Amino acid sequence: MAAHKDHHFDREALNEQFIFSAKAKRTIFILIGIGVLFSLIGLFFMATDSGHHEEAHAAIEMTGNELSSLENPDAVHADGEHAAEGGHHAYHWTNRVKVNLWINVIFFVGLSVIGVFWVAIQYISMAGWSAGFKRVPEAFASFLPVGLVLFLIAFGWGFHEIFHWTDASLYDKASASYDSIIAGKQPFLNIPFFIGGSIVIIGGWFLFHFFTRKNSLAEDKATDPKQIRKHYRNMVKLSAAFVVFFGVTSSVAAWWWTLSIDTHWFSTMFGWYHFASWWVAGIAAITLTVVMLREAGYLKFINENHLHDLGKFVFAFSIFWTYIWFSQFLLIYYANIPEETAYFVERLSSPIYRKYILIILLVNFIIPFFGLMTRNAKRKMTILKVICITVIIGHWFDFYQMITPGTLREHGSFGFLEIGMPFIFVGVFAYLVGMSLAKAPLVAKNHPLLEEAYNHET
Amino acid sequence: MAHISNTMEVDTHYILGVYSDEDDLKHGIDHIREKGISIYEVFNPYPVHGLEKNLGYGHSWLPKAAFMFGALGTTCAITMQTGMMGGLWPMIIGGKPFISIPDFVPVSFEMTVLFSAFGMVGSFLVSQDLKPYKVPRIFDRRSTDDKHIVAIDLAKNTLSEAEIKTVLQEAGAEEVNRKDFTEEENNPSFFKYLGDLFKYGVRSTSRPK
Repeated sequence: MAAHKDHHFDREALNEQFIFSAKAKRTIFILIGIGVLFSLIGLFFMATDSGHHEEAHAAIEMTGNELSSLENPDAVHADGEHAAEGGHHAYHWTNRVKVNLWINVIFFVGLSVIGVFWVAIQYISMAGWSAGFKRVPEAFASFLPVGLVLFLIAFGWGFHEIFHWTDASLYDKASASYDSIIAGKQPFLNIPFFIGGSIVIIGGWFLFHFFTRKNSLAEDKATDPKQIRKHYRNMVKLSAAFVVFFGVTSSVAAWWWTLSIDTHWFSTMFGWYHFASWWVAGIAAITLTVVMLREAGYLKFINENHLHDLGKFVFAFSIFWTYIWFSQFLLIYYANIPEETAYFVERLSSPIYRKYILIILLVNFIIPFFGLMTRNAKRKMTILKVICITVIIGHWFDFYQMITPGTLREHGSFGFLEIGMPFIFVGVFAYLVGMSLAKAPLVAKNHPLLEEAYNHET
Repeated sequence: MAHISNTMEVDTHYILGVYSDEDDLKHGIDHIREKGISIYEVFNPYPVHGLEKNLGYGHSWLPKAAFMFGALGTTCAITMQTGMMGGLWPMIIGGKPFISIPDFVPVSFEMTVLFSAFGMVGSFLVSQDLKPYKVPRIFDRRSTDDKHIVAIDLAKNTLSEAEIKTVLQEAGAEEVNRKDFTEEENNPSFFKYLGDLFKYGVRSTSRPK
């Protein structure tokens, strides 16, 4: 009621067009340039330095094994097996490049699908407050096709080094390395099904986005209220279907793309854990983009009330992620079953990976928890920006420690390459999002709930 | 509503403005505050969005209390567990060290939530002066139905009763009334509450006459 009397609401006046300026493009190219430079330095070091590694790693491997056997005598057998697995593939420095490519592909495909999921959630819950910036999560999905191509390249190039289960001798009963556990998982873990399924998953996500986007753009041009209503209803229905599809596929994707790296190990919480990490990083990325657009002078009616709600999302789902992450650990720690603890022994007893647990806890929980606790913090763009960047980096590390220990084992490390490659991906992602934002009006001016967003108060 | 005769000891005096539209109410409040009149309280049949802005209220201190109580809960939980498992009564559970931080996390979390929730409820009761023998003062029964009531304390304002009434009328109030409360109504006696409790049982107390 207040709206009608106090504020003059004019849909046409809210119309905005994002212009992907030369300055923004230059910044993005500089980011990509830094990434390429760092990656090249990293590659140079790795290619020239590979001779030294063998001795150093032998020592580390021994301490790692000793530690794990001290901690858990029963795990010796399992660990020995793992060492055999590791030893099976000779280490080459390109392995690290392949694994890094994989980490970034999974992480950024996740960020972009969260854009689709965010829009779907807003539509099925008929949320009005987020209607003003819905083009931002919509634009995130423009990375999906590129992500699919990169996914196939990364898998095609590195599947043998990343996924232990792709080794054909594991399924051959006559072979010395026959593994009955992995052979039992063959119906799910085989290359044709993996590739076909992954294409269906990423393709399906993109398809849902494609139809939502089509309705969304048609809604902008429509003038007849009946037409607008029809497009809106279509989007609600598509979103409801997408949420069901995503509920299943996000878990399956987690099992295939990340969980199957540690082929023997499994966790029923992994799908949730993987999704929670994507989700909170995705929300942080959406918030960051909104803040940056706001600072560049766009999205004029997005004020601290909208930012407050976005901040609440980042805050709440950081806690949610911590809850899932810790629950998975606690159950395995408490039950103390060797088959399950092997995964954490690999991470917590290794001098290489041990430190990431603390980094992850600090960056993904303690910083957003205390940083975004107060009302004022959630309403200030600077604080939101800093914390969102921190959270995104933190969840990249989360993926790093999910993927690296199972693939690179004692050869894993953090250097120029690990810093450089995310920069390249951030640049590409930002460029695609910018292009997508520039293609359509920045505010969906015919969104039925836009007035609610306009008058939103927290 | 009890009728209060002029012969009774009358302690507080309020001028009430009655509104039926929330927009009129908000504009009215702006007008009243512009005239330098301090508003004692506004009673609404439902929460009115943004009213606290018109009234110029600051932020509540309850979140801070919640945080402090939560921190107290965490401290208590960790002290209790390390004390028990580390010194008073160590037990071997699942072959884990006596003081193992992961085991303490769920209990610490629960106690943080418990302390913070109870602490906040307690703080709220204290801050709003909600005690068992509190008898709510009813300014106007219609504020539980369909009217918004603005109450202005005469003692807190320098303007005279007539002037305040004029301002309220200018501010678009549909009705302007006066409401007085006796000392007994303002500060109900604890002993009378106890007496009533024994005499008439629980249902007779805590209700306005």
